[in-house]
Amino acid sequence: MSTQAAPAHEPRKSTLLPARFRSGFAIVLAGTVLVAATILVGSRVSEYYYLAAYTILQFIVLSTAWNILGGYGGYVNFGTAGFFAAGCYTTIVLNKLFQLPLLIDMSAAAAIAGLMGFGTGYLTLRLRGVFFSIATLALAIVLQTVVINWSFVGGARGVYVVRPEITGLFDSYAHFLVTLMVGLATCAVLAAWAVEKSWIGIGLAAIRDDETAAETSGVPSLRLKLIAATISGALMGMAGAPFPYYVTYIDPATAFSLAIALNSIAMPLVGGTATWWGPVVGAFMLGSVQQILTVTISSAANLFLVGVLLVVFVAAAPRGVVGIVRAWRRGHK
Amino acid sequence: MNVNILAAERISKRFDGFAALTDVDFILRKGERVGLIGPNGSGKSTLVNCLTGILTPDDGSITFDGADITAIPAWVRAKRGLARTYQIPRPFRGMSVQENIEVPLRFAVGHTSARTISDAAQFILHQVGLVDKAGRSPKVLTQVELRKLELGRALAAQPKVLIADEVMAGLSDSEVDEILALLTRLNAEGISILLIEHIMRAVMMFSQRIVVVVAGRKIADGLPDDVMQQDEVERAYLGE
Repeated sequence: MSTQAAPAHEPRKSTLLPARFRSGFAIVLAGTVLVAATILVGSRVSEYYYLAAYTILQFIVLSTAWNILGGYGGYVNFGTAGFFAAGCYTTIVLNKLFQLPLLIDMSAAAAIAGLMGFGTGYLTLRLRGVFFSIATLALAIVLQTVVINWSFVGGARGVYVVRPEITGLFDSYAHFLVTLMVGLATCAVLAAWAVEKSWIGIGLAAIRDDETAAETSGVPSLRLKLIAATISGALMGMAGAPFPYYVTYIDPATAFSLAIALNSIAMPLVGGTATWWGPVVGAFMLGSVQQILTVTISSAANLFLVGVLLVVFVAAAPRGVVGIVRAWRRGHK
Repeated sequence: MNVNILAAERISKRFDGFAALTDVDFILRKGERVGLIGPNGSGKSTLVNCLTGILTPDDGSITFDGADITAIPAWVRAKRGLARTYQIPRPFRGMSVQENIEVPLRFAVGHTSARTISDAAQFILHQVGLVDKAGRSPKVLTQVELRKLELGRALAAQPKVLIADEVMAGLSDSEVDEILALLTRLNAEGISILLIEHIMRAVMMFSQRIVVVVAGRKIADGLPDDVMQQDEVERAYLGE
């Protein structure tokens, strides 16, 4: 190999940021602008838009979280609702015991759901294929059974949550929650981007393509899968932590809803699983359409639509919107 | 040089009732070129899988570079310098050819600088003759090119031992010579090589020693000409 310094392939442009950090910077910038915009808009828009925005943001976090293991690593998690509900009920328990600020609830939810991801992963990710998927499905069902029989958190009846008073920058609690979710979504997308571009993402991509060949190329597959399962689980838990305050009444059927697990798989698949922005696009598209359908037709129609879109994309555009955009860009070069 | 770099002692592997390997001893010395032959289904690939950590033998032990590696996972073996190719090419299909080469550079060798990795990958693509395919997807490669990619990815791990599992299948005579020249050069640079091959011309030209496995047992181990003259080997290959 040549020992001389290789000639620079691209002359460095006079920017402050190396190219590899540009997307990350764009995510932070967009997130900050959106947080500021949400704060400024305040109560000038109807509360309905906040409710709709909250749901879409929640799905951006969930599908981004799902994609870190499912999209990058190819290990499908059917139990998103289990991790999400772990976050919800962490808030419920902490709220009943201590009345802590929501940010602390969210940190605790991240720790608990992250541990759940690590534990489920440790028990099943040594095995290849569908074992992890089945285990995550089982985990959600077991957790739901536990919660149904746990009267401290309301059992099957559910539990009411009283929203604390809100002051300062925020006009209403819904306003606060949406601002919080914009921040959380920004953090989640930033985390997914960082994972994708780091050695973890490269190793996960090798695992997704061929785990055996990855292992014999030196990729520590179990370790990478566990890291991904932990980050993924933690983000799902964080997405669940504010939810009790959003709905103010929560029962196991809502927290463990099938729609959560289904959407967090469908959205990345529709958007595209290979990049950090695929799940964001998918969640935004499917989430918005579902909101519109819920209002204009019926709430039953929106799950039907998710199913139809999922089948259409898997059959016609398996790389999702990302794949379509990339093919279009290549065609125009 | 008589130091063993890779050794298997009395390893056995069964799949349900089927004995794929029975009490196989195997030695590869530092700097040596060994050919492993045997009919299809004789256990060659199972032996390679046990050596590289894809499979764990039911009995016996494996040592590499002075350490017992019987219970050590495949990725650690790769990091320590045990690389292999796959008989049926297993590229990372979602990556470009160059990115395929970069995976072992990053993980097995432990390079972190993007520039170092890309330069090293270019060098290896040169070695195996895939430079003009660097940015392409493995999906558009021919079978021959895929075998070269397998070899390139194994070389990228900077191995002490290279196990080449049928890297020449389907290649033309001149391409076989090209790969043999490459392997011989790598061997001269100090890499010990185990060659699993059906092309007898290549095996006889390349190997300093030949090991024959038939029905999960080692039936011969010695100098190429001596081994090929043994009755048992002749029977296994030509029938009674």
